[in-house]
Amino acid sequence: MSGPRGKAMHLNRGRKPKDAGKTIKRIFSYMKGYRGHLAAVFLLVLISSAGQIAATYFLKPLFNDFILPFVGMQNPDLSAFIRMLVIMALIYASGALATFIYNRLMITVATGTLYKIRTELFSHMQKLPIRYFDTHTHGELMSRYTNDTDALRNMLSQSLVNIFSSLVTVTGVFIAMCILSPVLTVVVVLMLLLMLFIIKKLGGKSGKFFMQQQASVGKVNGYIEEMTEGQKVVKVFCHEDQSKKEFDKLNEELFEAAKGANTFASMLRPIMGNLSYMHYSITAIVGALLAITRGLDLGSLASFLQYTRSFSQPITMMSEQFNAILMALAGAERIFEMMDEKPEHDEGTVTLVYVQKDKYGDFVEVEHRTGLWAWKQINENGKVTYTQVKGDIRLNDVVFGYEENKTVLSGISLYAKPGQKIAFVGSTGAGKTTITNLLNRFYDVPDGSILYDGIPINRIKKADLRRSLSMVLQDTHLFTGTVMENIRYGRLDASDEEVIAAAKLANADSFIQHLPQGYDTLLTSDGTNLSQGQRQLLAIARAAVAEPPVLILDEATSSIDTRTEALIEKGMDKLMEGRTVFVIAHRLSTVRNSNAIMVLENGTIIERGDHDDLIEQAGKYYQLYTGMFELS
Amino acid sequence: MFRKLLPYVGKYKKYALLAPLTIIIEVFLEVNIPRVMAKLVDVGIANRDFSYILKMGLLMILMAVLSLVLGVFAARFASIAACGFAKGLRQGLFHKIQDFSFANMDKFTTASLVTRLTTDVNNAQMTFMMMIRMMIRAPIMLIMAVFMAVLLNAKLSLVFLFAIPVLGISLYFIASNAFPRFQVMLKKYDRLNAIIQENLIGIRVVKAFVRDEYEEEKFSDVADQVRQTQMKAEKIVVWNMPIMQFVMYGCMIAVSWFGGNLIIAGDMLSGELMGFISYITQILMSLMMITVVFVMFVITRASLVRITEVLNEQEDITEVVGAVNEVADSSVTFENVSFSYGGPKGNLILEGINLSIRSGETIGIIGGTGSAKTTLVQLIPRLYDATGGSVRVGGLDVRDYSLEALRNAVAMVLQKNVLFSGTIRENLKWGDENATEEDIIEACKAAQAHDFIMSFPNGYDTMLGQGGVNVSGGQKQRLCIARALLKKPKIIILDDSTSAVDTETDSKIRKALKEDLKGTTAIIIAQRIASVMDADRIVVMDDGKINGVGTHDELLKENSIYKEVYESQQRGVVENVGT
Repeated sequence: MSGPRGKAMHLNRGRKPKDAGKTIKRIFSYMKGYRGHLAAVFLLVLISSAGQIAATYFLKPLFNDFILPFVGMQNPDLSAFIRMLVIMALIYASGALATFIYNRLMITVATGTLYKIRTELFSHMQKLPIRYFDTHTHGELMSRYTNDTDALRNMLSQSLVNIFSSLVTVTGVFIAMCILSPVLTVVVVLMLLLMLFIIKKLGGKSGKFFMQQQASVGKVNGYIEEMTEGQKVVKVFCHEDQSKKEFDKLNEELFEAAKGANTFASMLRPIMGNLSYMHYSITAIVGALLAITRGLDLGSLASFLQYTRSFSQPITMMSEQFNAILMALAGAERIFEMMDEKPEHDEGTVTLVYVQKDKYGDFVEVEHRTGLWAWKQINENGKVTYTQVKGDIRLNDVVFGYEENKTVLSGISLYAKPGQKIAFVGSTGAGKTTITNLLNRFYDVPDGSILYDGIPINRIKKADLRRSLSMVLQDTHLFTGTVMENIRYGRLDASDEEVIAAAKLANADSFIQHLPQGYDTLLTSDGTNLSQGQRQLLAIARAAVAEPPVLILDEATSSIDTRTEALIEKGMDKLMEGRTVFVIAHRLSTVRNSNAIMVLENGTIIERGDHDDLIEQAGKYYQLYTGMFELS
Repeated sequence: MFRKLLPYVGKYKKYALLAPLTIIIEVFLEVNIPRVMAKLVDVGIANRDFSYILKMGLLMILMAVLSLVLGVFAARFASIAACGFAKGLRQGLFHKIQDFSFANMDKFTTASLVTRLTTDVNNAQMTFMMMIRMMIRAPIMLIMAVFMAVLLNAKLSLVFLFAIPVLGISLYFIASNAFPRFQVMLKKYDRLNAIIQENLIGIRVVKAFVRDEYEEEKFSDVADQVRQTQMKAEKIVVWNMPIMQFVMYGCMIAVSWFGGNLIIAGDMLSGELMGFISYITQILMSLMMITVVFVMFVITRASLVRITEVLNEQEDITEVVGAVNEVADSSVTFENVSFSYGGPKGNLILEGINLSIRSGETIGIIGGTGSAKTTLVQLIPRLYDATGGSVRVGGLDVRDYSLEALRNAVAMVLQKNVLFSGTIRENLKWGDENATEEDIIEACKAAQAHDFIMSFPNGYDTMLGQGGVNVSGGQKQRLCIARALLKKPKIIILDDSTSAVDTETDSKIRKALKEDLKGTTAIIIAQRIASVMDADRIVVMDDGKINGVGTHDELLKENSIYKEVYESQQRGVVENVGT
């Protein structure tokens, strides 16, 4: 599934941020709580850089005032020298201390900010409509949490401060150079221009190769994904050699592009480093000449020479970090894009509450489970009314399509009275699952209406609507945790006894008892240690523990063979007792005893009635039943 | 472990050797520059010797230019070597996976294989690059710079005797303490990703049970653990910088004091002191670099382990020497076959299977979930090897054929089937590369796919997305059947391959198979009795054993399981219409 979209994902990793300024602002908005920290970091970076600059500057007085004047003296008075060294030591120490403290502070800021962004992203994701998940691959969404967040982490914990401190250092060094020797600084400016020119040239070149590399990576990764996914088919068709050949071709292309991109990226350091040596050499010549002709003192020359070294380093650092920052910003933009996705629309005001009857027979809202539920409506003049939840569901002329202009359901009308069992039958794509998806508002109905106990479902709060419906889906999803926890997912306050009772009802108890640690057995996320059928039994138990008024079974027993299904029939009957049930099933034996069976074709109900009626009608259902016994 | 991976550099080995070589020369030039500079100051300036200054200065520039050129070459060589290494690894892995058997594939999930081929190879490339650049550069720089410093002034370089161990030991302590903490963090991080993944897969369950708050709590709890453990790990790493600065500044002060005194006493020249200060930076920086590489290596170790795992995996299905290349006829025989996914010691999934299928026969297989129907047929094209007994095709044990000959003779339509991105025609040609247009249309007609293909605007040239995303489940299954038919196989196996096809089309496909493929043995696994009741014989599987074999009528009379399944699917018909 992740094919073409997956490729797009790999491609856009090389994308540049659209609006860097806006994104940076937004990242900073997540650091609001750390204003104090940031201010302190700002100050400490200044101190640390100043320490570094002073460290070099002190070479001047070292030579000029404390060494050269005493050369050849027998008993020189070195107390001033010592005093200066002590002062220097103090400056150094405070510089090192400042570095340590701001790095520590930045850890708190970075990890805290990441925590905030992560949790916000996750909780926003929980609120996104199902449609969003339909149109984005898991891989794509995962990479928001992995690649993009990682890039952001790098930026927050390293690049940000590095760039700032480099900037400060470069400026400081430049000022110090100007003070030491304005003439030599001219050389610096010329070298700086040369460096910037080279960085720009290299950056442009490597950027081009980088894009090529990303495109190639996308192709190779896409091919790997596709072939690995279809590996078993490759084997069955003896297609190994062809796929190897094809892969080698793509791999070679990637190598060529990667070679270019990497060369340019790794050339930067040696070029800049040696330019700085060249700069050093030129400074040495010019400085020496100045020393001879204009009397430039040796101390100034010494510290100036050291400065040429510490001048280029931060520039190299900045140019290296620049790419990392661009990548982080592009990643952050993708994260924010996801956060800006519209969450599920919920205009519902009607809520689901527990009630009990008072002595007059009126409903009174209570906190605890009573087995009695009511819809609580507050009308305009503030009057509260309670409607008992019975499970009466009506669809009137419902029209729906996942995409515009592509209707899946056209004009569906049906009703389910409380306690009735309604079955949907029809071939794949007829719209069976779609109807159930509309009931719990995974998707909204553009046309027609759905009433739940007489209330239009869009007036009911989504969470409460869903709490009143329990679904057992075709694909069962288990979560990492014990068997007990997985069943309890249906109702978090269910006691152990209630969970076990539900498992017994679903006939899952016996196999759970056989697991190494019984109900405490740890299941892995995809539940690989259980068979598909066993997982479905757990899903049924999960729905049972929720005790909802309405139950939706979407192919809930499709992976359970007919014999086991017969075994759990009793349990299922008990589960369905007194509840409105919607059943979608492959096997007509499963739907036989429904109160009404809807035969769907191309999004419309073509036949309806109970089993006997439909057999009598001798239509599609009759054909299916007598001819093929089973449907897809 | 790295030794196992190194050969994948392949033909780029010379670049992998050239890179360090150029780097060594580059470093040599680099460490000499401060020395020349010292001369320039001490001889040139002191003697006001203009030509000497120029000579030394130009020498320095020349050295820098040379070093620059070498640096660029080193970057080029290292990039070629590292990218070549990555290419070799990717190729090695991909080819290895192509040679994997089903049993090998089962050990790894698809996602984990993809990660190994992408992220892990990337990490390996980075590590390799670091290795041939930094790991050579840093120690050599360290040694040479120390040597030069000693050459400049042996007494003064005693400072390093103190500084290098202090920095080295503290960096070692930082790295070795940080490593376990990073591992703890990475574990938490894995857990965090697992929660996200679970939520993505199970989003409908989460929403249906309104468990978003519960999940958010779970997530923020683990996210907080990630934050805590990351803090803990980085708190250690953060000592790096100040310790480095401390040692460096300490050296500066010590060298200033001792050097100053030496100059005053006339035992050293000022230029030498300047040069010496340059060496402090070079020496300490290279130590720092070593630790960076060390930390990096530790982090990517896991990736290397994962890559080696795949490369070390033993392919468990191999061809014998002198394998037969021709399959004689379409008969299939199982003789006392047993099978276990876990090898001889594992739980037996199949036991005591004896069955002989004549050429051209149509066999139906029926049985509940977990009765090992799929396992049984997968032994025929040797997707797995039988644990005990022998499976024979055309009278010869399947292990005696070359895999290509066997699998070309046995076409299997898998339960979980896959189409690839490309046109419909390209996908069909997987069955037979040289198929003519007529062959293709004929196969598609038999699989009842021709009509819907022609209903697409581009017909057979319609592009399919990866996994065949733009065709329906039933259409996909029919394309897969057509693809298998194009192989013109001696034996065709349909493993529940028409489950998404409506019943009418299903029966048409079966009819076409029967008429068009005379002489071809067909083995059909199905859930519904209707799909197999007209087969020549039906095999009833139960719990890994053959429970009964016979025609529909025979089984209905004799076999209780078959009768039970039939009745459960048939229930109601008898009472309503049957009479």
